[in-house]
Amino acid sequence: MMAARILRRALPVARQARSYADMVSTGPQMSFTFASPTKVFFKDASVKQVDVPTLNGVFGILPAHVPTLQVLRPGVVTIFNDDGSATKYFVSSGSITVNADSSVQLLVEEAATLDQLDVDAAKANLEQAQSEMSGISDEAGRAAAQISLEAHEAIVKALA
Amino acid sequence: MFARTSALVFSPQCGQVRSMATLKDITIRLKSIKNIQKITKSMKMVAAAKYARAERALKPSRVYGAGALALYEKADIQVAEEKVNKHLIIGVSSDRGLCGAVHSNVGRAIKSQIALSSPGTEVMVINVGDKLRALLKRTHGKHILLSCKEVGRKPPSFGDASVVATEVLNLGYEFDKASVVFNRFKSVISYKTESKPLFSPETVGNAESMSVYDDIDADVLRNYQEFAMVNIIYMAMKESTTAEQSARMTAMDSASKNASEMIDKLTLTFNRTRQAVITKELIEIISGAAAL
Repeated sequence: MMAARILRRALPVARQARSYADMVSTGPQMSFTFASPTKVFFKDASVKQVDVPTLNGVFGILPAHVPTLQVLRPGVVTIFNDDGSATKYFVSSGSITVNADSSVQLLVEEAATLDQLDVDAAKANLEQAQSEMSGISDEAGRAAAQISLEAHEAIVKALA
Repeated sequence: MFARTSALVFSPQCGQVRSMATLKDITIRLKSIKNIQKITKSMKMVAAAKYARAERALKPSRVYGAGALALYEKADIQVAEEKVNKHLIIGVSSDRGLCGAVHSNVGRAIKSQIALSSPGTEVMVINVGDKLRALLKRTHGKHILLSCKEVGRKPPSFGDASVVATEVLNLGYEFDKASVVFNRFKSVISYKTESKPLFSPETVGNAESMSVYDDIDADVLRNYQEFAMVNIIYMAMKESTTAEQSARMTAMDSASKNASEMIDKLTLTFNRTRQAVITKELIEIISGAAAL
């Protein structure tokens, strides 16, 4: 008799727990903004993962990534959408900010999808950059030539 | 009798005697005002076209600028007022006039920031745009650090913003606090003068909320801050051009309207004068004929 009364008291609690369906959520969603000065690619979008090439190596950013600031180097940014598809962009330079509330701002100076780049022109530019490198003597010129060389190498590698 | 008539027709020459405007004077005035109206109308068309283009380019730059400022807003970085010894103000405007109160608003905001700064602080100003230099040169000349010209002729690009930022960084002015003063575009008929803050790498590195951020060394932070500076200047330049073109459009529009009002009034005066001249000639002819 006591058991029955306890059981009756226990039942309503179980019914309350099953009143609404739960949304499938893995914690904080990433609010991803990807923009260049002239074009916006993603604005406050929800994506699964973003791979970025930084001066400290390639980072894979997922939602709830630890907050960080990084500076980009020329390379390929890969964005994995929620539906599983991946989009790739070649970026020249820029910065990425991951904030504590899981918002990510990827600001780049120039970005192009890989089909907008021509592999033959890239190889030709790379050879030209390599030959120019040897001809420059002053430091600022060498730094600029080094940057151009790295960028062309990255383009050729991305299109390979 | 002679003396009496001469006394009657004597008019005192103490005030300004205005003779009636001749037909020729009115014609000249009318022609010049019509020319001015043509010019202001065409300037309005040009400004409208440039404004449309600038507003289209503003949309992505706004997202970009908001992204650049997001860190400072979310991490709520502030500079303690007591520690500010060097304050850098970057005023963004342009070279060209006839755009309403655009330049004077930015100039006024800069002057009030200088006036409100505490006495020990050194405030230096960087002018982007010749009009600002002209505004500040006389009274605040010793505050001007750098002036940029040839702004406003073409729409600003990221390259222009990076040139400005490179020059600012090359000056090597170690500021504790910096702000960018510009006109933020709100709508075709309104804009608002705003000031967005810029921080030095030390301020960002030492801020408490930044301890949450992982893996930041001084080099990365400096690069990040330099890029952020270019981004904020770029956003300010884009907003400023849009506001300027819309202000020029409204200014030229009201100038054309005023000119057409003046043309209407002058045309009426012209017709009245013409009729008066004809009437006078007729009367002379008739009285001359009657005298015969």
